[in-house]
Amino acid sequence: MQTLSRIPGELTRPDRRTFLKLSAGAAGGLLLATRLTSAAYAQGTETEFEQPFLHIRPDNSVTILSKHLDKGQGTATGLTTLIADELDAAHDQMRVEFAPSNPDLYKNLIYGIQGTGGSSAMANSFLQYRQAGAAAKAMLVAAAARQWDVPASEIAVSQGVVSHASGHTARFGELAGLAAQEDVPAEPVLKTPEQWVYIGKAFPRLDVANKSSGSPDTFTMDFQPEGLLVAVVARPPRFGGKVASFDATAARNVPGVVDVFQIPSGVAVLARSTWPAIKGREALVVEWDDSAAEVRSSDAMIAELRDMTAEPGVMVHEVGDTGAAMEQAEKVVELDFDFPFLAHGPMEPLDIVLLFDGETAEFWYGCQSQTGDHAGAAESLGIGFDKVSINTIWAGGSFGRRSPPDRHPVIEICEVAKAMLTAGMAPVPVKVVWTREDDITGGYYRPMSAHKVRVGLDGEGSVTAFKYAIAAKSIIKGSAYEAVMMPNGVDPSMTEGAHDTSYAFPAMRVNQAFQETQVPVLWWRSVGHTHTAYVMEVTMDRIALETGKDPVAFRLEMIKDDPRKANVLRLAAEKAGWDTPLPEGRYRGVAVHKSFGSYVAEVAEISLRDDGTIKVEKVTAAVDCGVPINPDNIVAQVEGGIGYGLGAILRNQVTLAEGVVEETNFDTYEPLRISDMPEIEVHIVPSNEAPTGMGEPGTPPIGPAIANAVAAATGKWITSLPMAKAGLV
Amino acid sequence: MSVSLTINGNPRTLEADPESPLLWALRDELGMTGTKFGCGIAACGACTVHWDGVPIRSCQTMVGDLEGAEITTIEGVGGRAAEAVKAAWTSLEVPQCGYCQSGQIMSAVALLSETPRPTDGDIDAAMDGNVCRCATYVRIRKAIHTAADMLEG
Repeated sequence: MQTLSRIPGELTRPDRRTFLKLSAGAAGGLLLATRLTSAAYAQGTETEFEQPFLHIRPDNSVTILSKHLDKGQGTATGLTTLIADELDAAHDQMRVEFAPSNPDLYKNLIYGIQGTGGSSAMANSFLQYRQAGAAAKAMLVAAAARQWDVPASEIAVSQGVVSHASGHTARFGELAGLAAQEDVPAEPVLKTPEQWVYIGKAFPRLDVANKSSGSPDTFTMDFQPEGLLVAVVARPPRFGGKVASFDATAARNVPGVVDVFQIPSGVAVLARSTWPAIKGREALVVEWDDSAAEVRSSDAMIAELRDMTAEPGVMVHEVGDTGAAMEQAEKVVELDFDFPFLAHGPMEPLDIVLLFDGETAEFWYGCQSQTGDHAGAAESLGIGFDKVSINTIWAGGSFGRRSPPDRHPVIEICEVAKAMLTAGMAPVPVKVVWTREDDITGGYYRPMSAHKVRVGLDGEGSVTAFKYAIAAKSIIKGSAYEAVMMPNGVDPSMTEGAHDTSYAFPAMRVNQAFQETQVPVLWWRSVGHTHTAYVMEVTMDRIALETGKDPVAFRLEMIKDDPRKANVLRLAAEKAGWDTPLPEGRYRGVAVHKSFGSYVAEVAEISLRDDGTIKVEKVTAAVDCGVPINPDNIVAQVEGGIGYGLGAILRNQVTLAEGVVEETNFDTYEPLRISDMPEIEVHIVPSNEAPTGMGEPGTPPIGPAIANAVAAATGKWITSLPMAKAGLV
Repeated sequence: MSVSLTINGNPRTLEADPESPLLWALRDELGMTGTKFGCGIAACGACTVHWDGVPIRSCQTMVGDLEGAEITTIEGVGGRAAEAVKAAWTSLEVPQCGYCQSGQIMSAVALLSETPRPTDGDIDAAMDGNVCRCATYVRIRKAIHTAADMLEG
């Protein structure tokens, strides 16, 4: 452990707003967790109405507590839409803040712990948040009835105003304190769909004005409490490597560097601000111990994966006698696929702020897995769960990156904070910042994978057998979620979208094999569907070609007991003019896929440039996600989901040379840019089914839709991604 | 080293390493956090500010080069084009995560100030340096056209 070279007292900068002011939530979006204990909810104050999911204040504002992180998917507005509708509030009185970490109050009802992921936010909250709104409205009405001495049944509520035919009216804010004294109804009456005023219609996002004006303190990166120090960490260049030794002499001479610590994940450089921390790290000399590290190249790893698909591995799913059916097949279509590691690359790199005084710890960051992070922090810091509070704030994207099961960003900042105290520093907040290089080279990738598909056809061209083997590193195996998610030794997240397909294959077998590597892997927007949708939907087109059938008609023939899937496929095809001829030089491809409970079909239209590269001209999508809570946000998620998937399949890959990541930043891991973006048309199926996910389902179909359009244009089947490797970009 | 410049119309003196980027001076020294760190190598545009009205990447603009410069950031950008862009961004609900949008807006304002009626090709050329990982590009394009309509109206 290194000694303290500067004292924190030197670090105060007078032009910063104070730590206290920020902590008290004055800057919006931030909450003091201590203020929000269960006890505080037992009753309102004389003028305020406080319940776990909403607060009504005398200024007539209604503040929703979002139990889910909003990392761009519109979740906070979606949850607000639910309460505002049941409450009959006006849009302009609605506010939203993030709930504190409190699993009793704010657990995800699907997962049983507080956290956001799997496109589950609206699905698990749909009843809960509406009930909260309906209960609050009933209490406002009861309070008004009592005050006006009229029957509650005669009271009307609309756009934030409670009224009675006798002429009485009151705004929510005026009734808040009285309503808080009313009993909370055990089973509040919910509206019927015909009564909805916002759900399925329009409720503009609450965060766009702040995000369109550079508003301060929106993101963790911007959070600068008094006395803040910034740390960047030199981590091993090879996954599984360790620090052998280091020389921090030059780093310590960088003006602004405060101290340098060895921590389990590497060497942390602590500085007054971000730039000196980055410069200090550049000046570090570290010898790494790679004796236990992954030292293979990605080419060797993909070769191993291909070999593994030939082995039986773990049986995931079997119907019929695939082996016999395959032997009797008249013809076997063979397709082998491989997919690269992908980085998530959220625009805001990982960052966390922690203030730890040795007894209590307070965090500020875009926390995606509150309960896991909370427990991990308490364990790492050696303090009780009740001594840790987490203030969740808006996150600049995640796509899965902010919820690693091993909680490594949380554990790492705990190590930095402990090292600061051990070095004798007074407690000050510290922020660990990941640079873009740290982000792209830092692992936790979408797993690299290889897939072997064999499809048996009979003499009439009908599918008789479908064999699918995948090899990849499991995201779940060996993680904190293994016991719950892999009771039978099967990682369902690896083959979701394949083993549960609704295509009617008379015989089907799905196997998986697990690669061992030190490269950490993680869910990446749509998890297993990122590869299974591609494999299944390209294979469907390949079979259609083999049997001389139209790709849409062939899919419709094969979809069994899944009318919603057939419906989105028909809708997308119709809206895209599937049966109409294309202009010269244009080609179409189609894909349909169910993920996270939602159905999305996409028809892609591409053109070929003279140099053989493709331009994606237009994508027509059809979506069935149950009740479309906030239609414009659904459109936005499909637009964004298509763009996110498109960039990846066109040109993104993380490769390793002797274990060292070769892509380091957005120059070599180049994201989709505006000139790459197609025109997008989104059609939403009206539905009263329970709402399902929308953060991820737009992503899976775009890859295969493009691949199938490429096959239509060139006759080439792209089975190894990204497409840039085939000269298409 | 001491550098005197104008930021959002106000004279400021930066006491900073001349080899340090304007981005970090704005964010960490002046507490102006609207300008974002995205890549540090001028490959994403999240740090875009205006230097004498021209969009630049502040992560690759060194403080030592800025003596006498007039810098405008998202916090201070104003005028008809800026108002139209912000209004269009809000009404079309362009942002998702929002982290890149300061840079997007600064590039869009610079485009419309030079080219009040941009074509799609103009938009591609002016905006290709601004990455949005949420891929809000459909709405960015539409919002620029909408802002152009507002400027004519």
